[in-house]
Amino acid sequence: MIAELGQFALILALIVAFIQFALPMAGSLTKQHAWQYLGRPTAWLQCALVATAYACLLTGFLSDDFSITYVADHSNHLLPTPYKFAAVWGGHEGSLMLWVLFLAIWTSLVAYFSKSLPIGIISRVLSVLGFISVGFLLFILFTSNPFLRSLPAPLDGHDLNPLLQDPGLVIHPPMLYMGYVGMSVAFAFAIAALITGRLDSAWSRWSRPWTVIAWSFLTLGIGLGSWWAYYELGWGGWWFWDPVENASLMPWLVSTALIHSLMVTEKRGGFKAWTVLLAIAAFSLSLLGTFLVRSGVLTSVHAFASDPTRGVFVLCFLAVVVGSSLTLFAWRAPQVTLGGSMGLLSRETFLLLNSVLLSVATAAVLLGTLYPLVIDALNLGKLSVGPPYFNLVFAPLMVPLLFILIPGTVAKWRSASLPDMVNHLKWIAIFSVVLGACLPFLLGEWSIGAFIGWTLGLWVGLGTLQHIFERALKPGRIGGSFWGMQFAHLGLAIVVMGVTGVKSFEVEKDVKMSVGDEVTIAPYVFKLNDITEVTGPNYKAFQAQIDVVKSGEIIEQLKPEKRRYLSSAMPMTEAAISTNLWRDLYVSLGDPLPGDLHQWSMRVYYKPFVPWLWVGVLIMVLGGVLAAFDRRYRRVSSSGPLQTAAQAVSSLNAQAPSLKDQFFSDQVGNSAHNLSTVQDQNPDITSEHNSSLNENSSPNLNSSGAH
Amino acid sequence: MKKFLIPLVLFGVLVLFLAVGLKRDPHEIPSPLINKAAPDFSLQTLTGTAPFSPQDLKGKVWMLNVWATWCVSCREEHPVLVAFSKQIGVPIVGLSYKEIQPQDDPEKKLSTEALLKLARSRGSVWLERHGNPYTLSVMDLDGRVGIDYGVYGVPETYIIDKNGVIRYKQIGPVTPQTLSETIIPIIKGLENS
Amino acid sequence: MSPLFLIQKLKINGVQNFLWASVLLLLALGTCSTSSLAKEAEPLASDEVVEARLVHIAEELRCLVCQNESLSSSRADLAEDLRAQVREQIIKGKTDQEIKDYLVERYGDFVLYRPAVKPMTWLLWFGPFACLLIALGVLLIAIKRRNEKIQVKEFTSDQSHDVGQWVHMQEQKADQFINATETHTKKLKD
Repeated sequence: MIAELGQFALILALIVAFIQFALPMAGSLTKQHAWQYLGRPTAWLQCALVATAYACLLTGFLSDDFSITYVADHSNHLLPTPYKFAAVWGGHEGSLMLWVLFLAIWTSLVAYFSKSLPIGIISRVLSVLGFISVGFLLFILFTSNPFLRSLPAPLDGHDLNPLLQDPGLVIHPPMLYMGYVGMSVAFAFAIAALITGRLDSAWSRWSRPWTVIAWSFLTLGIGLGSWWAYYELGWGGWWFWDPVENASLMPWLVSTALIHSLMVTEKRGGFKAWTVLLAIAAFSLSLLGTFLVRSGVLTSVHAFASDPTRGVFVLCFLAVVVGSSLTLFAWRAPQVTLGGSMGLLSRETFLLLNSVLLSVATAAVLLGTLYPLVIDALNLGKLSVGPPYFNLVFAPLMVPLLFILIPGTVAKWRSASLPDMVNHLKWIAIFSVVLGACLPFLLGEWSIGAFIGWTLGLWVGLGTLQHIFERALKPGRIGGSFWGMQFAHLGLAIVVMGVTGVKSFEVEKDVKMSVGDEVTIAPYVFKLNDITEVTGPNYKAFQAQIDVVKSGEIIEQLKPEKRRYLSSAMPMTEAAISTNLWRDLYVSLGDPLPGDLHQWSMRVYYKPFVPWLWVGVLIMVLGGVLAAFDRRYRRVSSSGPLQTAAQAVSSLNAQAPSLKDQFFSDQVGNSAHNLSTVQDQNPDITSEHNSSLNENSSPNLNSSGAH
Repeated sequence: MKKFLIPLVLFGVLVLFLAVGLKRDPHEIPSPLINKAAPDFSLQTLTGTAPFSPQDLKGKVWMLNVWATWCVSCREEHPVLVAFSKQIGVPIVGLSYKEIQPQDDPEKKLSTEALLKLARSRGSVWLERHGNPYTLSVMDLDGRVGIDYGVYGVPETYIIDKNGVIRYKQIGPVTPQTLSETIIPIIKGLENS
Repeated sequence: MSPLFLIQKLKINGVQNFLWASVLLLLALGTCSTSSLAKEAEPLASDEVVEARLVHIAEELRCLVCQNESLSSSRADLAEDLRAQVREQIIKGKTDQEIKDYLVERYGDFVLYRPAVKPMTWLLWFGPFACLLIALGVLLIAIKRRNEKIQVKEFTSDQSHDVGQWVHMQEQKADQFINATETHTKKLKD
């Protein structure tokens, strides 16, 4: 019953999603106002239906209903309950359910938080989101139905892949999917703006918080994935340039470029066409990632079981969505206005350089990931493109990016002065280079890579701290946007230093140990006390007890395991990690060695600065959250007089014929800026006196707000 | 303005490649040994006392089939090979690939002779039960000859011509379809030349 | 203090002496073993230099039966065999390139994680760099061109005067708004 109910809910959701797509868009194009207002209710209804379907699938897992094929394939009655929650997205069909659920949630959030948006815009945005939902729901119902039954029901399921039975892997996919799906919002805004023909600072102001939140989720998802791989796979690697990892990195790179490009558009109305293209690209890469993982065109440790029919469907969907958006782009972009002028040395240019470097990096990763496919398709044979290529190509692109970051935050809009900037930054530069040159000596061996990595990390870190310090000395409230930027950059600096540190100074020892033996990686001594057999809920394991000794004292006990899950023949390594802010000590139990000495192979690692990777990522995510929830965005969407003012400003912008528009961006932009400053300095009045202020507001401004 | 069409064009090219890619199998590794001399070896056979080398079959078109008793796909392919060996006069040499697996000798205590004996007996029993399409079968216990031939999975089959040059490699089990569509025509072509 | 010295000091008779001696010796050995008799574990590999080179080479090679792992980290059977082969070749004194060539001869380019630089891979290796140069060039030209366009519009437009007036009027409206807000603030405070 539950499965049938779920399937029925999905079918209803498809119908509602189709209405959500068709009617508001048709309404906005033919000026049928009533239809446009259908956008919000259909979005919410679709969300309720998809959530119902998801709940049905979840119930199937929690109640061990093995007559549902998907449940039997990915669960087992011995599976601990928390992992039954995660098992829902353990396979292809379930992960797609997660996709549509999140898409429905994002759509509902957009529908809810868009009260200040003109109905013409919101109807189109929701329509685009509806189209994407339709595509995915069709995909699920026709090729990837999780509700299929197999009768007679097996007595027990196959179990969730042991690799996935882990807390890290429980949160990683949902966070990643929130990021992937979130890119659709910026995409929808871009498409809506292209259709309307209105690409102004208002559009960029609406898009930005949504994009930043999606970016934050994506950053967190990628970070969690790396962290999981690090502690779970047993040899301490955290990035492999696997096609699926690349599929998540590319939208991240492009959305980072997008966030920075939106700043230029918002502030100075410049390079709108490029920003729109980035918004389309970010989501397109999300979709491309979905295709690559499920179609079987690339070999990857992450890939879901592939099926050519599924590949064809996703490719068609990808072609339709991206093809039509790029066609729309080619048609409308020439009409986009230019915005304010910018000097060759200005903040705008630095932000655009950021775009260029990130886009080229994305192109390089895409090229490397798809090159084997291209060569094979051209019948030129088979070749592999692996980490050596990516490391060689990606790192040099990041060097200039990290370098321009600090000047970019310091440069003035429109026109910056080089002598001023040099003066401002010279001490930071000197410190970074000197420290960067000395640290490798102190920490281990000197190498050019360590020098460059440390110098750049310190450059970004110290530059950010200097910026914070200078701003703190000035009067006035500091907004979330500022903190967001600083935290994100600081987090990046910490990640860079972490990567440099671990790659340059890690030590690995591969040894054979019997009970009583010890391994030394100065200043730590690892002593094997015992190896015992332990039993878990669905596995049996050999567990080693290791004392970690420093300066004669036992500072920690590590218990690495070699597990054999009851459902699979594959032995699994559970590494034991001792962590503090500066380093990880990583021990991995290998196999028993033949012979009478009762020896086991053991891998012991000293990994300095690895925790900085995870801490840095978390700080970046925090930065994103702070930036997204800047009062500027919240006020504009919910408070009365500023809402009216924002509408007035954006409508003034819209009404100006294209010739005037370029002047407007500057002047009106300034006015809008003044208004928000006033608001910042007087936070109390706005919320309490909405109604009275509305009465007094100029009728001229209001009348232009109606669309 | 034409420049705005560039993204669309590039995307179109990408979709074309992806579409072609859907039909390809990224796991299949074509052999670089095609049209090159078959690597030489000298291995003990399953039953006989004298070792075998590819030189022994110079002047004839022959097939080398990589198999093992632990290989599941080999069981699917075996009846096809047995039937084929009866209808066509081409010698099929079996390469018993890594018959001894790590779990057979976890303590690594057995001698090479003991391992060879075990492999031979297992292989013989298996062939008796499932049929023997092979003129003879050679024992590649440590897989070195396999590596020389670029073997990366079991079963795999090679067609070698009269001059000892590899002309075709079949990855995966031989099916009646591959036999009739690919293998037999190639063999006929090689025999006539 | 030496345990033997202790035993002498106690001066117990023969058999008891022996028994006590054994007990004390065992105790002494027991306390010593954790600090001085503990063995430093031997490396798993018999030759660390060779092993280090093996890891270095194997990281650039692909495991042929895995879904996308390097030869160095894979646990597959064939990977073990191939690593053994590479080890042998290192011991024989072959160079990195010779070992890679050996594997490419048998398995093709697929086995290399670092694609060889040949005409077929020029696009791969030089593409990103070329792309960067082109993009930088486009950016430069785009900025220059749009600045020219904007300059042109600013100075040749007939409507610039009207636009200026209109802009001024809108700015006044915005200022009115701000004033209204401030008036209300003052009213609040009073």
